[in-house]
Amino acid sequence: MKAYSLFKKDWKSELRTRYAVNALAMFILVTISVIMFSIGSEKISEYLTGGLLWIVIFFSAMSGLARAFVSEEERGTTLTLHLIASPSTIFSGKLIFNLLLVFLMNFVISILFSMLFNSFIIKNYGLFAIAFLFGNIGIAISSTIIAAIISKASSKGTLYPVLSFPILLPLILTLLELTKFAMDGNSIEASFVEIAVLICYDIIMLSASYLLFDFIWKE
Amino acid sequence: MINYSVEINNLVKYFGRRLIFDSINFSFTSKNIYGISGPNGSGKSTLVKIIADLISPTRGKVIHKSNDKTLTPEQLHNFIGFVSPYLFLYDEFSAEENLIHFSNIRGIKFDKSHSDLLLKNLNLFDRKDDLVRSYSSGMKQRLKFIFALLHQPPLIILDEPTSNLDSSGKEIVYNLITQESKTNLVIIASNEDSDLSLCSGVIDLEKYKMKNNK
Repeated sequence: MKAYSLFKKDWKSELRTRYAVNALAMFILVTISVIMFSIGSEKISEYLTGGLLWIVIFFSAMSGLARAFVSEEERGTTLTLHLIASPSTIFSGKLIFNLLLVFLMNFVISILFSMLFNSFIIKNYGLFAIAFLFGNIGIAISSTIIAAIISKASSKGTLYPVLSFPILLPLILTLLELTKFAMDGNSIEASFVEIAVLICYDIIMLSASYLLFDFIWKE
Repeated sequence: MINYSVEINNLVKYFGRRLIFDSINFSFTSKNIYGISGPNGSGKSTLVKIIADLISPTRGKVIHKSNDKTLTPEQLHNFIGFVSPYLFLYDEFSAEENLIHFSNIRGIKFDKSHSDLLLKNLNLFDRKDDLVRSYSSGMKQRLKFIFALLHQPPLIILDEPTSNLDSSGKEIVYNLITQESKTNLVIIASNEDSDLSLCSGVIDLEKYKMKNNK
């Protein structure tokens, strides 16, 4: 309940300041436009559009999700949060906020991809939905803990992608594989290993984040 | 009424290789006002941050007890009220919105009558619906006192409590501190003589020893 209250505060603040939403919207528009201009009238393979989808998602997450902690640090309100809630409440509240943002962002990106790229054809929607669900959860968890780590650094902009790359790479590679399977029309049973990897990644990242957050959060 | 105490045992703090203070031992008990003084850079803010569990000491312990029961770090935030120049409230919300959010995040019910009383006592009631962004620095400082007192904590830590306040603001704050000290424990970190004159005991960080004021 306390975490939900923190999420509500963040969401209301986001609606007023539009720190993250504006950054995400602009990034998505610009990247998809650049991809479209560079492709021109050429026909690209369906696997390539699957790859491009997760590249756009990865870099969009870089541009918007760090705001959860960085905006608190920039406004000087980190101390205020320290004083009103326990570290686990703060992490949970920020995670709920990033989950909502990731799901909204990735839903918009997927819709735009299916509208703008003719070769982006999913044959097994159930498998794609599973990859989308657990992939988004993984991206939100990883981005939240990385945002907490980099929020106190002076060169936040550089550090975020540098730290995110090795942490998100296994997730993105698994998601690329699952998207390819969904495009081929493979069954969920045939993709069980990749789905298990995805779920394990989420569980490990969530457990590690809760264990580490106390140390990251306290100066 | 809560009988609150804070025990500081052999507290040492280094920033890198620079020693801030060494072997501070002290006990703070309810219904008293204690001062922490010392020149700039002597570690007043660092000490109050350690007491509030916002930063960790290099060595030593701070033990918080409520009615002789030791509190865990996870419990502390509902027992401490904190005012400081480096504390900021959310500019995009009004004063009352800030207070409602803080109560909800603390997991306590927002007490509107207590909030209104504090807003009136600190001369902010008429501006409670204005965004904090539009407040002067003195008004923001007074709002921090409401933030610190709204959840009725038994320990109130005030770091430079009268910074940015004019003479009438200072008078309001001094009355509030005196009132709170009748039931609670108040710790003030300051260099202002007028702030320290309220204290029954002062830790002089330069000398690392206790001297009695009264």
